[in-house]
Amino acid sequence: MSVVGWLQAVVLFLVVLALTKPIGLFMAKVFQGERTWLSPVFVPVERFIYRISGVREDEEMPWNTYMFAVLAFSAVGFAWLYLLLRTQAWLPFNPQHLANVPPALAWNTAVSFTTNTNWQFYSGESTMSYLSQMAGLTWHNFVSAAAGIALAIALIRGIARTTVKTLGSFWVDLTRACLYILLPISIVACLVLVMQGVPQNFHAYQTVTSIEGVSQTITGGPMASQEAIKELGTNGGGFVNANSASPNENPTPFSDFIEMLLILLIGAGLTYTYGKMVKDTRQGWALFTAMSLLFFAGLVVVYWAEAAGNPLTHHLGVLGSNMEGKEVRFGAAASALWATITTATSCGAVNAMHDSFTAIGGLIPLINMQLGEIIFGGVGSGLYTKLVFVVLTVFIAGLMVGRTPEFLGKKIERREVTLAMLSILITPLLVLVPTAIAALIPAGLATLNNSGPHGFSEILYAFTSTNANNGSAFAGLGPNLFYNLTTGVNMLFGRFAEVIPIMALAGALAGKKAVPEGSGTFTTYSPVFVALLIGTIVIVGALTFLPADALGPIVEHLFSLQGKTF
Amino acid sequence: MLKHFSTSVRLTILTVVFFGLAYPFAMTGLAQAIFPNQANGSLVSASGKTIGSGIIGQLWTKPQYFHGRPSAAGKNGYDPTSTGGTNLGPTSKKLIASTKQAIAALRKDNPHAALPIPMDLVTSSASGIDPDITPEGAYYQAPRIASERGITTGSVNSIISAHVRGRTFGFLGEPRVNVLELNLALDRAVLVSATPAPRHR
Repeated sequence: MSVVGWLQAVVLFLVVLALTKPIGLFMAKVFQGERTWLSPVFVPVERFIYRISGVREDEEMPWNTYMFAVLAFSAVGFAWLYLLLRTQAWLPFNPQHLANVPPALAWNTAVSFTTNTNWQFYSGESTMSYLSQMAGLTWHNFVSAAAGIALAIALIRGIARTTVKTLGSFWVDLTRACLYILLPISIVACLVLVMQGVPQNFHAYQTVTSIEGVSQTITGGPMASQEAIKELGTNGGGFVNANSASPNENPTPFSDFIEMLLILLIGAGLTYTYGKMVKDTRQGWALFTAMSLLFFAGLVVVYWAEAAGNPLTHHLGVLGSNMEGKEVRFGAAASALWATITTATSCGAVNAMHDSFTAIGGLIPLINMQLGEIIFGGVGSGLYTKLVFVVLTVFIAGLMVGRTPEFLGKKIERREVTLAMLSILITPLLVLVPTAIAALIPAGLATLNNSGPHGFSEILYAFTSTNANNGSAFAGLGPNLFYNLTTGVNMLFGRFAEVIPIMALAGALAGKKAVPEGSGTFTTYSPVFVALLIGTIVIVGALTFLPADALGPIVEHLFSLQGKTF
Repeated sequence: MLKHFSTSVRLTILTVVFFGLAYPFAMTGLAQAIFPNQANGSLVSASGKTIGSGIIGQLWTKPQYFHGRPSAAGKNGYDPTSTGGTNLGPTSKKLIASTKQAIAALRKDNPHAALPIPMDLVTSSASGIDPDITPEGAYYQAPRIASERGITTGSVNSIISAHVRGRTFGFLGEPRVNVLELNLALDRAVLVSATPAPRHR
């Protein structure tokens, strides 16, 4: 580890910290329907969209209607992408004449982008036409991110409102998230990325001959516009197979910095939005603090492991940090930082191949996802998952002191705790059971790229990542029908089975009366609460996943120290 | 409930037009107007012909040129239509075998190298089209280049040091040398000094 290596992490963190309030405040204004400096531009567009879609701006939806709207919109979006991928060969903007995507892969990909996972069982540069990349994937990057933000805002309203049944309108929240937040930042970010060297064109790939006479095909396409929203919306689906490790998507250390900032920006900002909307910004900063502490705890370990390098390579007489599956311009420090960020959020874009990380370096990304991606988190999904843990923590604290737990003036009762637990318990069920099945059947083992404990890690990582809607991979694991179907189902449940109880919780909270704060009320912004919240998250995560992690990365680490190979 | 589906369909059409078509088209227009070179792939020309991209690594095998890192992209490596790494884990037998092979090949190609073997030259990159090597990776190859071109190692080293890109703003990323840029500079320098490059092998 080096001081310079840490400096980029600290500077990035300080920039995120500085932007959290302005962006959070802006989002609070947007979702409360207040005027912002972008209103003159976007209010007419917004009205136009509502008029054509038949949406009433002042409509209010109860939780189940809100949820149904999310599901209906997701179903239509899924169908659109599936159709597009199955017919791309006959549609325009396909200069490489790429074929229609086969059914199982198209299904997996449509689920993947609808659920904001962006798990990819294909190589973009040789599978997706420019039209599929734009009207299919870039579009999904916008709306699936906006749907996540909308769900988080609905939960915040549930917490902030009293004795009402409604949580706002999904259509309005979705439209505003896209127009006021995602679009303007994407435009600016896209231009910065082009300046750094990310291509943005519609050319067919060009074949050139190098000085040595070797023929090489230079890829192109509308990459920068997709790259910007891919990071900002914590989507993570690469234009090309190597994702943000490719110099096309991420050509310089500065583009790398910008992309990491984009990944964290909205997740961090939403903590402030939350504080603002519940009229107590300390609540938001408490979440921010808990997130930051968990973030740095993970980063220390990944950076240490990757900088220390692979002992098996050192035995061959080559010393230094682990550079297998890493780019020279990023090195160990920026790769470790990115890996921590992409799994702390639900992004899943990579600037290095996690499959080739050291055992411990690969363990932390796995753990980050298993904890539920609550460290800043995916846009929206990070906050709503975190708030479920807050409810659980409040309940545990209530049990400790023998008092009915309260959260922001509302009694947390049986229904709320049941719903919170339901949403938390779905995760291990959907990760561990399919992992165990895959490890036992030939179809699950057929496409592994590594054997021994690392092969098991590939399976565990795949189901963890798809369930958490992350999308990063131990990418050696190849696609087959079994994985196309199982990871697809896992992504669907990972998104929607988790969020239905959360929306029910939002509805239950919105209907509650406010009780005045008393001397025995447990404050949910104190350092004690932050510590308790971290404890709850770590204990739930560790108890659930430690045995599985021990069979993969932990045992692999011990073998690597002994010099054993597989 | 049916109303939600009709709203979904209409909103889908509208947003596909806005964010899936208008946004990338508008950005392409802007990018082509403001940064045409980068937007078109940062192509590099030499003697009137396009020979590659400044941001994409290439396969180099001739001894008088600097070589890049091992690559898992495509059959022969450095294929931008097939990007990716080896995805071999730290305890993989295959990884250790291929690292051993890379070390042996490097030693064979650089019999006069005096520096320790740099990690980047024996490990595959993440993208398979990494355009850079570390400065250590370049200095390691300098004696070979010097003997192939009949110039001193010192003059090769000075070409390298002129093309090392430091960390951005002093703290972002890692120091690196772009292999294509370095090899072009090497060809130019040899032309300028007008020394006939003796080929002995």
